[in-house]
Amino acid sequence: MTLVSDPPVVPVVPAAGSLAIRGLTKDFGPVRVLHGIDLEVPAGTTTCIIGPSGSGKSTVLRCVNRLEEPSGGEVLLDGTDVLHGSDDALRRRVGMVFQHFNLFPHRTVLDNIVLPLRRVRSISRAEAEAVARERLDEVGLAEKADVRPASLSGGQKQRVAIARALAMGPEVMLFDEATSALDPELVKGVLALMKGLAAAGMTMVVVTHEMGFAREAADQVVFMDRGVVVEAGPPAQLFDAPRTDRLKTFLAQVL
Amino acid sequence: MNVSDALANIGRSFLDGQAMLRTLPDMLAYGVWNTLLLAVCATAVGVVLGLVLAVMGTSRHRLPRVLSRVYTDVFRGLPAILTILLIGTGLAPLFNLFSRGNPYPLGILALSLIASAYIGEIFRAGILAVDRGQLEASRALGMTHRDSMRLVVIPQGIRQVLPSLVNQFIAIVKDSSLVYFLGLITSQRELFRIGQDAAITNGNLSPLVLAGLFYLVITVPLTHLVNVIDRRMREGRPLTRRGARSGSVGPGPGPGPDGGRVSGDGGGSAGGASPVAASADPVLAAGPASSARASSSPVAVPAGAAPARSTLSEGAAL
Repeated sequence: MTLVSDPPVVPVVPAAGSLAIRGLTKDFGPVRVLHGIDLEVPAGTTTCIIGPSGSGKSTVLRCVNRLEEPSGGEVLLDGTDVLHGSDDALRRRVGMVFQHFNLFPHRTVLDNIVLPLRRVRSISRAEAEAVARERLDEVGLAEKADVRPASLSGGQKQRVAIARALAMGPEVMLFDEATSALDPELVKGVLALMKGLAAAGMTMVVVTHEMGFAREAADQVVFMDRGVVVEAGPPAQLFDAPRTDRLKTFLAQVL
Repeated sequence: MNVSDALANIGRSFLDGQAMLRTLPDMLAYGVWNTLLLAVCATAVGVVLGLVLAVMGTSRHRLPRVLSRVYTDVFRGLPAILTILLIGTGLAPLFNLFSRGNPYPLGILALSLIASAYIGEIFRAGILAVDRGQLEASRALGMTHRDSMRLVVIPQGIRQVLPSLVNQFIAIVKDSSLVYFLGLITSQRELFRIGQDAAITNGNLSPLVLAGLFYLVITVPLTHLVNVIDRRMREGRPLTRRGARSGSVGPGPGPGPDGGRVSGDGGGSAGGASPVAASADPVLAAGPASSARASSSPVAVPAGAAPARSTLSEGAAL
């Protein structure tokens, strides 16, 4: 058994789209958790959102694909508003990867990809299987196609979840703390895959606690605290020359 | 009259072999089958109705939720005997046109209506217990709410409550005895009624004890089946033939990338996360070619190592 965790084959990115968030607000009952978020993610770039827990990072992501309906503001995908049309149509263009993978435990790895692919794209089983096997191959798990997710390690599960999201042909990928639930030794493989994806030109928004990843892979880093964007800019600027006390304090705690 | 006489009397009353033997043919000829017929049919209809109730009860809309709630409250709250009598005799004028006076269809209907209230609650609890992330993931992939519920959430919810469902079947087997209130001709009698009739003619309770034994023969294996299903599910073993196939097929596109490529990952699954890999491990230790590669392909297990594979074949059997 090789001990090398070289990055898997770089996945093919079909058509990356740009994402723009303007004045996004979100209220949970009387509590406002997002106070007007502005964010520009040009096509083919990676934005990492960092910040203390409870700062609203995940809520921003969940508002982009409307798992949470925003209370106000705009979300534009390739320049067109996506908050007023069908949420199903929006989600076909935006892939999401979750902290806890959320693979379907009652289906095989292959079926985890084939099932949504067939329902959403209305294609034949043979076509869907071909796409699914290709995506699994890209994340280095082709031989696991016929096992249940329960028999995979956390890292393998997350790679399947990424393959599943990619199979839908999204224009933007959202990662919600994709490595936070993984054992430390499994984080590397998943991050390598995400880096490969970023390098291949996928538009990505990544909520992460992995500062190393943010520094290396991000074109833009956004620091959020208490529902607002405190600082945003290139990684070198945020990590090496933080301007606000809040970011300085945060970095002192995590680095 | 002393204590030993009293005990002897009780013994005769309960365990009179002659009386039991006289009742046995009827019980075997139709009693058992009638009881099973009632219970199986009532469960089948009850599962279908229960599923409808559960889907209504977990709906995003208020009206179906309220309707499901009212139905469940009514049929769970009434004594079974009352429902059976009301349905069985009340609807008889209508149904007798089709069933020529046979009380079974209405008896089964009444039992189903009661069972569905409980089964609906069982399914509903199962559906609600499915991790919220499952619905979110399928919705995030672009599947509609309907498809997500139908293909992802509900199948998992049902799987989780299979043990409770077997328990419900046991309850229905026992409740089926109440159908005798609707009036049964000789060949329609089920276990309890046969036992009761024989108890009266023999002036002895033994036929009822025999009926009780028959009920236990039906229900006790089922309670053990519940435990087996329960244990198997907690250990995460596949419940279906489909799942069992998982270990044996390896249609990878050649000798290229495999799970062992990323070091930690391969180690994780070989360490016991996978029941397939775990069951193959001792074999590997004993087998001649104990390469790490083989841990992911139990097909390569040498034939002499049959006992270690028993978990696999068990998985396939169910």
